[in-house]
Amino acid sequence: MSKIVIIDYGAGNVRSVQFAVERLGYKAICSNDAEVIKSADKVIFPGVGEASSAMEELRKQGLDLVIPMLMQPVLGICLGMQLMCRFSEENHTDCLNIFPIDVVKFNEKLKVPQIGWNVINNLKDELFKGIAENSYVYYVHSYYIPENEYAIALTDYGVQYAGAIKKDNFYACQFHPEKSSDIGEQIVKNFIAL
Amino acid sequence: MLTKRIIPCLDIKDGRTVKGVNFVGLRDAGDPVELADRYSKEGADELVFLDITATKERRKTLIEMVEKVARRVNIPFTVGGGISSIEDVNILLRAGADKVSINSSAVKDPQLINDLANKFGSQCVVLAVDAKLIGDEWKVFLVGGRVETELNLFDWVKEGVKRGAGEILFTSMNNDGTKDGFANDALRRLSEEVNVPIIASGGAGTIQHFTDTFIEGKSDAALAASVFHFKEIEIVDLKNELAAQGIKMRL
Repeated sequence: MSKIVIIDYGAGNVRSVQFAVERLGYKAICSNDAEVIKSADKVIFPGVGEASSAMEELRKQGLDLVIPMLMQPVLGICLGMQLMCRFSEENHTDCLNIFPIDVVKFNEKLKVPQIGWNVINNLKDELFKGIAENSYVYYVHSYYIPENEYAIALTDYGVQYAGAIKKDNFYACQFHPEKSSDIGEQIVKNFIAL
Repeated sequence: MLTKRIIPCLDIKDGRTVKGVNFVGLRDAGDPVELADRYSKEGADELVFLDITATKERRKTLIEMVEKVARRVNIPFTVGGGISSIEDVNILLRAGADKVSINSSAVKDPQLINDLANKFGSQCVVLAVDAKLIGDEWKVFLVGGRVETELNLFDWVKEGVKRGAGEILFTSMNNDGTKDGFANDALRRLSEEVNVPIIASGGAGTIQHFTDTFIEGKSDAALAASVFHFKEIEIVDLKNELAAQGIKMRL
């Protein structure tokens, strides 16, 4: 059985992610231990909160050097996705630079944060196997990743932006699959099956 | 496009649902976990749990309930009631809650909003406000509507958002329990004055009331309790009807 490790660096909704994995019948370990993380078959990198303090935690625990070097499939979620980018406008934070793209703030044309259910489309990649175009997923965020060459799903909130991105073994989604009902569960299942 | 949200609210005391639920087919209507699961399967977009447990010792029961809900339910949920510190929030989020709502404690110590937003991010800080229209002014009330303050609803909400609240849950005490519709004038004004999502609460009685609050009230989400608990409105029917009226819904 696949060994799934959720990176627990003190700034995430690790339990929600763990419960979602368990609902699918798998076990997940929450850990910040570099060796445990490296030995996993699949790594999930969640995050809720603010970019600069989350990066500070990662650096303090030495995880800023571990995460970019991982070879197995890694799934960043929400803030985890943003931290995998080069830079975030949120408190001008240098991030992990796995994806050479920058995270920017929604303009105030629409309400910020975006909270609620929105659709994903232009779906590419195995991560979305069995998921119909324009399926609803749950978002809660104020910063976003503009459409770019790594995008494997797009969403529209005043601007068309990347709902999910992929580069080599690194996957990331801005929405919360662990809170996105049956659609989200299928996405987590697809990730585990990669 | 982002949808409007339908949010059933469950009042919790000592880890059990109170205020009466009238669900047929539930083994135990007082079990919030079972009710939450049912609502999520029926299409609720989010859930709110309001804890009215008075004693500190019994809060442990709430934490256990939050964890059970998070294990079982795959949609987001907010927990409110009696939250007054970073530590309170930390425990709830670690147990699996997605957001917390604060009310009286934020009025007593507005800095709490800043502290929570800085520590956990604005997206998980819901500022709940109970207000009553007295004469021509909306006044903020505390302790479940028992204590009047000098605060004006709009001033307080603007201050709360400036301090970092990511969402406003506004309950109109004039409308609450009437089943006469939501306080759409005040809701619309809130939506125009602050740039965060507004959850309408108080007054839901018919499907038309939901339509009205989304259109006239410009609300982003609508919260209700008894119409769902007593099955006066089925969430599935509600969402289908709203969608048929052109309101964006997740079906």
